[in-house]
Amino acid sequence: MSKIPSELKYVKSHEWVKKLPDGSVVIGITDHAQEALGDLVFVETPKVGRKLAAGEACAVVESVKAASDVYAPIAGEVIESNPTLADTPETINTDPYEGGWMWKLKPSNPAEIDGLLDAAGYEKSLAD
Amino acid sequence: MLKQTALHAEHIALGAKLVDFAGWDMPIQYSSQLDEHHAVRQTAGMFDVAHMSAVDLSGARVHEFLQHLLANDVAKLKLPGKALYSCMLDASGGVIDDLIVYCIEEQQFRLVVNAGTTDKDLAWLQGKSAAFGVTVKQRRDLGILAVQGPQAREKVCSLLPAELAERALALTPFSAAWAGDCFVGRTGYTGEDGFELILPHTDLVAIWKALLSAGVKPCGLGARDTLRLEAGMNLYGQDMDEGVSPLECGLAWTVAWTPEDRDFIGRKALEAQRAAPPRKTLGLVLEGRGVLRAHMPVRMAGGAAVGETTSGGFAPSLKGSIAFARVSGESVGPYEVEIRGQWLATRVVKPPFVRNGKVLV
Repeated sequence: MSKIPSELKYVKSHEWVKKLPDGSVVIGITDHAQEALGDLVFVETPKVGRKLAAGEACAVVESVKAASDVYAPIAGEVIESNPTLADTPETINTDPYEGGWMWKLKPSNPAEIDGLLDAAGYEKSLAD
Repeated sequence: MLKQTALHAEHIALGAKLVDFAGWDMPIQYSSQLDEHHAVRQTAGMFDVAHMSAVDLSGARVHEFLQHLLANDVAKLKLPGKALYSCMLDASGGVIDDLIVYCIEEQQFRLVVNAGTTDKDLAWLQGKSAAFGVTVKQRRDLGILAVQGPQAREKVCSLLPAELAERALALTPFSAAWAGDCFVGRTGYTGEDGFELILPHTDLVAIWKALLSAGVKPCGLGARDTLRLEAGMNLYGQDMDEGVSPLECGLAWTVAWTPEDRDFIGRKALEAQRAAPPRKTLGLVLEGRGVLRAHMPVRMAGGAAVGETTSGGFAPSLKGSIAFARVSGESVGPYEVEIRGQWLATRVVKPPFVRNGKVLV
């Protein structure tokens, strides 16, 4: 059974979103996603300063098996990318919700966060 | 309904992820595909390859038949127990299958053929063998287990009857020993030392369990693919098929041109392209970061498109990405590969990329 922390928000396409006290958000992919992808060997994160629309494909995770797009859960500007993933993409396999975070975003419209799935909603989307 | 090998229940018990491979329900990985890959390079791993088929050929003219059937020459098999890798071609020089042929005795040979091609191969063999009075028998009663890695031979031999173990340990590469229906070949598809065992199904399950207890790691088709790619070995259906000749897919070394009067199927077509094959297959190493995959466009650096990758992936032993690329015969390197709209630089190398645990490129 994959882990779905209750304090995070989710989208059906298997990204998680965490609100930070300063109003920015951290984004990564879920435990379920990393499990399905298998051993990750390459990660490409969006450049700092890039403006993303909600649902835009903006990052790539490649496992031994295949390449997959990662989508922006909400609109905003990229303010930081996780620099450690270039050399240790496997961090996403071992620690998807902490060390394996992918990028930080300054939301264009913070209210968008509230429209995302909660843990129960995401868990239900996995069963569908 | 997918077909199942005798080891299917073992895979389920180990929690393997199963996929449809050529109509068989086969393990793609048990835990981490990378760990499975490294186990084979460093210690020992085992693969259920019982979806592949052993086919026994017998008859007074079987040697003559095989000299006609195969692009490599079974005359190289001077003694019982010797093995040879060959393509089986159609009249146009296209690859029907690649296979290993073992000499069992003067009038008996064994082929090991791919899973996805078994039915097609049997039909072809039946059609061609009749004129030679050769009997073709698929050994559905036998299954195949590959045990590969630097410790593989020793692990297997500790479980075999003493007399067979002694002969198996003494085998040179590409040769086999057997006792009754228990057959041990020093062959493989990983670039490491090891054995391929051909056994009755009940023995196959017993030796799988014993090897598991002895610490041999079960490995899935995922690791098998990265291992064979690093080892520079073609995958049928991906790197070659009927539309490709052995001269175009890096297998020119398996075509025996001498004696010049040996009339093997496909010879005329190969002779016609021998001086300048229309296409060639190269090994590529990606210079930067990223992962090469099959069917990515390939061009001469800054120039026109000349072909595509046929297999590609992350090579765990290199911690980088490698591929086979099929390009026009007259093209010259360096080559670039298109990944998500960007043309990335590569280095041309002569496969294998890795052999016996050592990176060669």
